[in-house]
Amino acid sequence: MTTSTRAPAPGAASQDAPEVTAPPAEQRVRLRRVTKDGALTLFGAAFGSLGLTWVLYERVLAFSGVLGFWLSWYVIFLLMYCAMAAVQWDRRAVSDRVASVAFGTGGILTCAIVLDQVLYVVLRGGHVASHLSFSTHTLARTGSLSTLFSGGDLEGIVGTLEMLGLATLFSVPLGITAAVFLSEVGGAWARPVRTLVEAMTALPDIIAGLFILAFAILTLGMQESGVAAALALAVTMMPIVTRGAEVVIRIVPGMLREASYALGASQWRTVLNVVLPTARSGLATAVVLAMARGIGETAPVLLTAGYAKGMNANPLHGWQPSLVTYIFNEHQLPDANDQARCFGAALTLMVLVLVLFAVARWLGGSKPGELSRRDRRRIARKAVR
Amino acid sequence: MSAELNFPHAQGTPGTEDMPRRIVSRVSAGDKVFRSIVRGAGLAVFVITAMILTFLFTRAWSAFRAAGFSFFTTKLFNVNTNDFGIGALLPDGVIIAAIALIIAVPVAVATALYISQYAPSWLRRPLVAAIDLMAAIPSIIYALWGFAFLMGRMTGVDSWLARHLSFIPIFKVNLPSSLPASFTDAPIIVGVVVSLMVIPIITSLSREIFSQAPQSEREAAYALGSTRWGMVRTVVLPFGRAGVIGASMLGMGRALGDAIVISFLITPVLTLSPHILQSGGNSIPYAIILDIFNGPKYVSALMAAGLVLFAMTLLINVIGSIVAGRSRSGLVNVE
Repeated sequence: MTTSTRAPAPGAASQDAPEVTAPPAEQRVRLRRVTKDGALTLFGAAFGSLGLTWVLYERVLAFSGVLGFWLSWYVIFLLMYCAMAAVQWDRRAVSDRVASVAFGTGGILTCAIVLDQVLYVVLRGGHVASHLSFSTHTLARTGSLSTLFSGGDLEGIVGTLEMLGLATLFSVPLGITAAVFLSEVGGAWARPVRTLVEAMTALPDIIAGLFILAFAILTLGMQESGVAAALALAVTMMPIVTRGAEVVIRIVPGMLREASYALGASQWRTVLNVVLPTARSGLATAVVLAMARGIGETAPVLLTAGYAKGMNANPLHGWQPSLVTYIFNEHQLPDANDQARCFGAALTLMVLVLVLFAVARWLGGSKPGELSRRDRRRIARKAVR
Repeated sequence: MSAELNFPHAQGTPGTEDMPRRIVSRVSAGDKVFRSIVRGAGLAVFVITAMILTFLFTRAWSAFRAAGFSFFTTKLFNVNTNDFGIGALLPDGVIIAAIALIIAVPVAVATALYISQYAPSWLRRPLVAAIDLMAAIPSIIYALWGFAFLMGRMTGVDSWLARHLSFIPIFKVNLPSSLPASFTDAPIIVGVVVSLMVIPIITSLSREIFSQAPQSEREAAYALGSTRWGMVRTVVLPFGRAGVIGASMLGMGRALGDAIVISFLITPVLTLSPHILQSGGNSIPYAIILDIFNGPKYVSALMAAGLVLFAMTLLINVIGSIVAGRSRSGLVNVE
């Protein structure tokens, strides 16, 4: 009788011997719950291994180096977690938990690396870059004995932005048209083109520089200049644009294309007026991500742009410094001020990458065809009028 | 019956027979132009690749002729005495790429599995963004970080490896002392930094493939009482194995091409040295940015080296891309 009050099922009360056969009260199984013993085991293993590593690494054995400390900590942590889990659970649960902890640390590690890169550059370069003169002056009058705040990286910023702009101009139309070919026209050639595009996204960037050096500078007789560097950057950026753009064009719903064809539109009308506008935000994301990759390419710029201190705002003529060559050259100078400027320019470069990246995320926030609140308001305003 | 009703088609008169209409979609002139333009852009990728091969080859021809077949075996790079080759440059670069991959592949696969199978859904987007950002961080910033931050913190590990594991040939060193300070110049540090540049490539491709593991099979594994690790082991990993291999090959192509990190971290030496803790190292991209402006003979010799690097990475990447593409169902369905 007591069981029937606990179990809400009405069938349980009407049975002959409820105290024997009535099922125990059912409780909802909650998946993915963080249990107290699970969390405590994790914390125990983490801090226990930290203490053990400290005692062994710093006090008992003659080890040194921060990296070695954390490597040994991780190994001891996994072993300790294994042992603590084996005491409490069966073998399957142990392997399951250890696997999830190992994969989780993979995720944490990659996030930590990204954070570390950003923070380290901010920390080292913040001191120099916090002086506004750093991004408004050039190195034209700065020598090896000048004070830290006598020169800046304005020439690098101008050069980088001009090269990146030109490279975007060269690579984006071609890259997006190639993506339209892959997803809209297709045919027997689509697969080899897709394979080659993917292979080219991971090609050594120095090859693009060598190619422009052999083709534009040595064969066509072009000068080493910003345009040559922009051509080299375009070679590396075009496959990235194509790969990113193809993915977003492919998820444009087929219904929209069919509706356009049913209204009598031709294929190029459909692509221009329906497919590309629908995928607009995704295309912009692909372009901006490719720009973020292109802005940091160093080797091709080293081979094709030349380097000279001081401002050269004309990409068509003469050696043009950019942020990456600025960093590369300042790094080779022995003076501490030069090293500091090097990190200041690295911070500027990092900020540019982060801005591009934030723009890409902001643009790519909506799925293709999904309207933002502002778009909906705009349409509503038009409809009222 | 049919004759009485006088259906024309039943009498079999030619010309009035009811045939399924052939549907001919006439491509308009505008569409023809559009398609040929678009196809041209697609084939431009082939044109660019062919142009790279052609121009590197024409520039490299005189070097190939001067050095002959010994270009692939000579370890020195004395261009003026025609005694040059990639016998040391290529293997040294491959060793660094191999170190990078040994570190990057496990980390990348673990991260990809975490993002696609383990992470709560609200965490997935930020994690994917972090991986994209990691791919966008310039190589020169990784190089600066490796030089100013990692190098001093890694020498302890290096000297420990040299002291205790020197019976393994790759960890053997020939240095005056095993103090940490004498290990600042080792190829293994380059390998570690380059691995950071490779991790995002492998992670994003593997994640894409892992997340396409068939939902029905995953649920079937759960229904048979599998734990999540059991599901991953029996469903996701076999499904994604080819993809991981392909992604690793693409990462290998990237690692072979690094020029900046190696130039920031180690001094160039022209000996084929399989000892990854021994100071100094080299690679084809490193030689290119060091010597390309030293005169036309160097240009030709380095173009030849670059051509070999290009041909090799292109081959590796194309194979990797085919292997990865085969396990990606979404792409196959498009055609």
